[in-house]
Amino acid sequence: MSTRESAPGSTGGADVPGPLHGGPDDDYTPEQLATLSREELDLLGARYDDVQVLHVDPGPEPGSSVERQAVRQVALTFGLAGLAAFAAFVIYVGSGWFLPDWQWTITEGGWSAIFTPMIGALGGLALILVGVGMVVYTKKLLPHETAVQDKHDGSHFDRVTTGATLVGGLHNSGLARRKLITRSLVFMGGGVGLMLLMPLGGLIRNPNTGNPLGTTSWGEGVRLLRDDGSPIRPGDQQPGSLETVFPEVPGGNRESDAATMLIRLRPEQVQVDRPRTGQEEFGYGDYVAYSKICTHAGCPVSLYEQETSRILCPCHQSQFDVTQGAKPVFGPATRPLPQLPITVDDEGFFVARSDYIEAVGPTYWNRERI
Amino acid sequence: MARTATAPGVPTTPLGKAALEVDDRLIVAGPLRRTLNKVFPDHWSFLLGEIALYSFVVLLLSGTYLTFFFDASMREVVYEGTYAPLRGAEMSAAYESTLYISFDVRGGLFMRQLHHWAALLFVASIVVHLTRIFFTGAFRRPRETNWLIGVALLVLSFAMGFTGYSMPDDLLSGTGLRIVSAIILAIPVVGTWVHWAVFNGDYVGEFIVGRMYIVHVLIVPAIILALIALHLLILVKQKHTQFPGPGRTEHNVVGNRLFPAFAGKAGGLFFIVFGVCAALGGLVQINPVWLWGPYNPAQVSAASQPDWYVMFLDGSTRLFPAWDINLPGNYTIPALFWPTLVLPGILFTLLALYPMIERKLTRDTASHHLLQRPRDVPVRTSLGMMAVTFYVVLMISGGNDVISEKFDISLNAMTWVGRIGLVILPPIVYVLTYRICLGLQKHDREVLEHGLETGVIRRLPHGEFIEVHQPLGPVDEHGHGELAYGGAPVPKRMNQVGGARRAIRGFFKPIEEPAQVELEQRRDEHGLAAAESRELTTSGRPSDGGRPQEPRD
Repeated sequence: MSTRESAPGSTGGADVPGPLHGGPDDDYTPEQLATLSREELDLLGARYDDVQVLHVDPGPEPGSSVERQAVRQVALTFGLAGLAAFAAFVIYVGSGWFLPDWQWTITEGGWSAIFTPMIGALGGLALILVGVGMVVYTKKLLPHETAVQDKHDGSHFDRVTTGATLVGGLHNSGLARRKLITRSLVFMGGGVGLMLLMPLGGLIRNPNTGNPLGTTSWGEGVRLLRDDGSPIRPGDQQPGSLETVFPEVPGGNRESDAATMLIRLRPEQVQVDRPRTGQEEFGYGDYVAYSKICTHAGCPVSLYEQETSRILCPCHQSQFDVTQGAKPVFGPATRPLPQLPITVDDEGFFVARSDYIEAVGPTYWNRERI
Repeated sequence: MARTATAPGVPTTPLGKAALEVDDRLIVAGPLRRTLNKVFPDHWSFLLGEIALYSFVVLLLSGTYLTFFFDASMREVVYEGTYAPLRGAEMSAAYESTLYISFDVRGGLFMRQLHHWAALLFVASIVVHLTRIFFTGAFRRPRETNWLIGVALLVLSFAMGFTGYSMPDDLLSGTGLRIVSAIILAIPVVGTWVHWAVFNGDYVGEFIVGRMYIVHVLIVPAIILALIALHLLILVKQKHTQFPGPGRTEHNVVGNRLFPAFAGKAGGLFFIVFGVCAALGGLVQINPVWLWGPYNPAQVSAASQPDWYVMFLDGSTRLFPAWDINLPGNYTIPALFWPTLVLPGILFTLLALYPMIERKLTRDTASHHLLQRPRDVPVRTSLGMMAVTFYVVLMISGGNDVISEKFDISLNAMTWVGRIGLVILPPIVYVLTYRICLGLQKHDREVLEHGLETGVIRRLPHGEFIEVHQPLGPVDEHGHGELAYGGAPVPKRMNQVGGARRAIRGFFKPIEEPAQVELEQRRDEHGLAAAESRELTTSGRPSDGGRPQEPRD
C-alpha cells in the first residue's frame, strides 16, 4: 500500500458499509439478483414499493393483424404530426422569403390574413396528433396491467420518535425555563417583523390631501371642447343630440373624471324638464351638461336614447333620465349624474360656470363629507 | 475496490454503465423506481386536474415569450406601426407593444391568442376539476389541505386572468380596470386609502400597468407554482382516491403503474391540451385589441364583457339593487361594495370551508379514500347543484345585455329575471336534484333486488306474461338478489354484464375472424352463448363497475 492510498479520504468510503447499513441490499446479494429474469426483477422492485401486479393483458400478439393495424395507425398519426409540424415550420420561416409576406395589411385578404390561422391549425394539429398517437400507442399496443398499491396511514413509530426528537431538542434549548430569553425573543420578533414590513409604507399615500376625488379640471370660464379640441356654440347641435365635451386644459380629453355630456334637449323634453333642486340654472337654454362618468362604477355612460330621455351605462345598465336631473331610474346606480353649470362666454362659446359642485364618479366612504 | 467485468449485476452495455455512473453520484435508482411503480387509478375524471396543470405549462411557455416584447409602461406615445387605422393615435406604450406583438412580431398574434386561450382553459379546467372533487366527496379527510390549496389556486388564477387582460391597456381592459378602481373605492373606511396605495394616487395614474405586470409575471406565478408543487406533493403522499369497484378498498389503489401506461396517456394528454390551445390560438380570434382601440376614459364599447370567469361578478353587480347605506356622520357604504366584494368573499369562504362544514354537520371524521357517487350523497349533491345554479344565473346576468339584444328582450326584464331567478331557482334545483338522487338510488336497489330487464317476455302456463329478469348474483328463496349496494355503478343493461359479445374489430372490413372472437368471448365468459354454462354475475372488468361489493369500511 502506497502512502497516497493510506492518506485519509484517498480510498473512497462508499464500498464499505457502515454498521447501520440495511435494506434490500442485505436481503438480496448481487448473485441472487443475477439469477432473476427482468420480469421477476420488475415485480420484485414493485413489491418493495407496495405494488402488486395482479393481472397483465399482454396486448396484441406480435405479427397479428390487430397489431399490424394498430402499428399502422400509430405510425400514420406520428407521420401526419411530423408532416403538419414541418408544414407549420415552412410557413413560419418561409413567409416573406419564398412565400408571400406574413405581415398583415388592412387591404390584403390573402396570405397574410391566413398566416396566423395556418400556423395555429398546423401547429395545433401536429401537437394533437402527437398526443393522439401516444394515447393510441398506450391503449392498443402496450400490455394492460392491473396493479394494486397499498396505502399507508401515518406510522405510529414515526410519530413517537419524531416527537421525541423535536420535544427533546426544544427541552434541551431550555427556552421554557429561560424566560428572559423568551421575552426578549418575542420583543425582538415584533420589532424585526415591523422593520421588515416597514418599506411597504412607501405605498401608502394620503387620498385626502386637496380633495382629488371631489375636483376636476372644470372651473369658471373653462371652455367646453370637443375631442378634437374645437369649441362649441349654441346651435351647433341638433335638438335631441349628445356631444362628449372636455375641459379646455392640456390633456383635458384624456382625463379620467372630466368627460362631460353636452345634451341639447328637444322642445318636448324642455317642457317636462325638472332639474334637481338648486340646480335649475345649471343649464343654458335647452342645453344641459352632465358628467359622463357613471356614479355606479365609473364607466362612461354612453348610450343616449333620446325618445325616452334615458342615458344607459353599458357596463351595468344603470339608466339615468336627463329630464329629471339625470336621476337614476333603473339599475344599480344610486346617485344622479352630477350636472355641470354652463353658460356662454363673450365670444359665444360654451364655458363652465364652475367645477362640478359634487364629486363625479363612483361613490366612496367619505364622499358626502367633502 | 476495483470492479471486474465478471462480477454479477455489473452493467455491460454503454447505457447501463452510464446509468451506474449517474446513480453512483446522485443515488436516484430507489426514488426513481418508487416513482415509476406508483399506481394511478384509471378514470377520465381524474384527468381534469391534469388539464389545468398542462394549460399552466402552456401559459408559462407562451407568457415568457410575450414578455420579450411587451412594454409594461403607461408612457404616452403616438402610434406609428403597421396597423394603419390607428396610426397617429395617442396610446400607452403598453398598448403600442401589444399592437407590436400582434402585427409586427412573426407569429406574435398566434402567441398572444394561444396565451389567452390557455388562460381560459386553465380557469375552466380548475373549475371543472373542483366540481368533480366536490361531487365525489374527494375533499373529505385527509384531503382538506389540498382542497384549501385548490381554492387558493382558483382565486390566484382569477388574479392572473384579471391582471393579464388588463395589461394591454385597450379600451375594454381599461373599462374593466375603471370598474375595479370603483370597487376598491367602495371598500368602507379604507377604500380611498387602498385605492391610493394600489394606483399610487387617483385613477388612473401612471403606475398601475407596471404594477400589474410584476404581479402577473412574477409574484402570482411564483405563488401558483409553489402551490401546485405542494398540491402534487400532498397528492403523491396521500395517494389518489378511487371509485369503489372490485378489489378496491380504503387501503389500496388499483390502476396502472406510472410507467409506461400512465406516462403514455398523461404525456398524450399534455400534447392534446397544448395542441387544442395552439389550434384555438391560430384559428379563433380572441381579444382583438386593435379593434377596441386605446383606452380612453370617455369611451366604452357596448356589450363589454369580461372573460367568462369574472362574468358572474359582473352579473351580481348588474343585479344588485341601488342600495347605498348612508351612515350617521355622512359616511356611505356604496351599493357596489356588496355584489363585488362581500358576495365573492362569502362565496369563496363557504367554498374553502365546505369540507370542515360538512365534517361538522355529518360528524363524519373518518379518513376516506373511496369516492362517493353523487346520487349516494343527495344533500351534498343538491347543495352543489344549488351553488352551480346560483353561479350560472349570475354568469348569464353578466351577459344579459347581449341576450336582450340578440333575442329582442327588454334589458330591464332580463335584469328582473336575474334578480328573481337568483332567489327562487337555487331552492327549486335543490329539491329537483334531491329527488333525482333518490330516484337513481332506488333504481340501483331495484336492479340489485330484482335483476336486469332482459327484454325477454315469457308466457307462463296459466297465460300470464312476465318479463324475465337476470339477477346480478345469488338469489334467496323469493328470487330476490342478495347483493348489497357498494357504491359502485350497478349495470343496468344486459350488454354491460356481457349479454352480447363485443363487436368485431375493423373499420372498413373486419380484421378478425368472427368465429375466433366468438371462441375468445366464450373463453372469457362474455356473451349470451357463454352464459348458458354460467351465472351472469360479473364480467370481472373494473370498467363495467364489476360486482358491487360490501363496503369495507
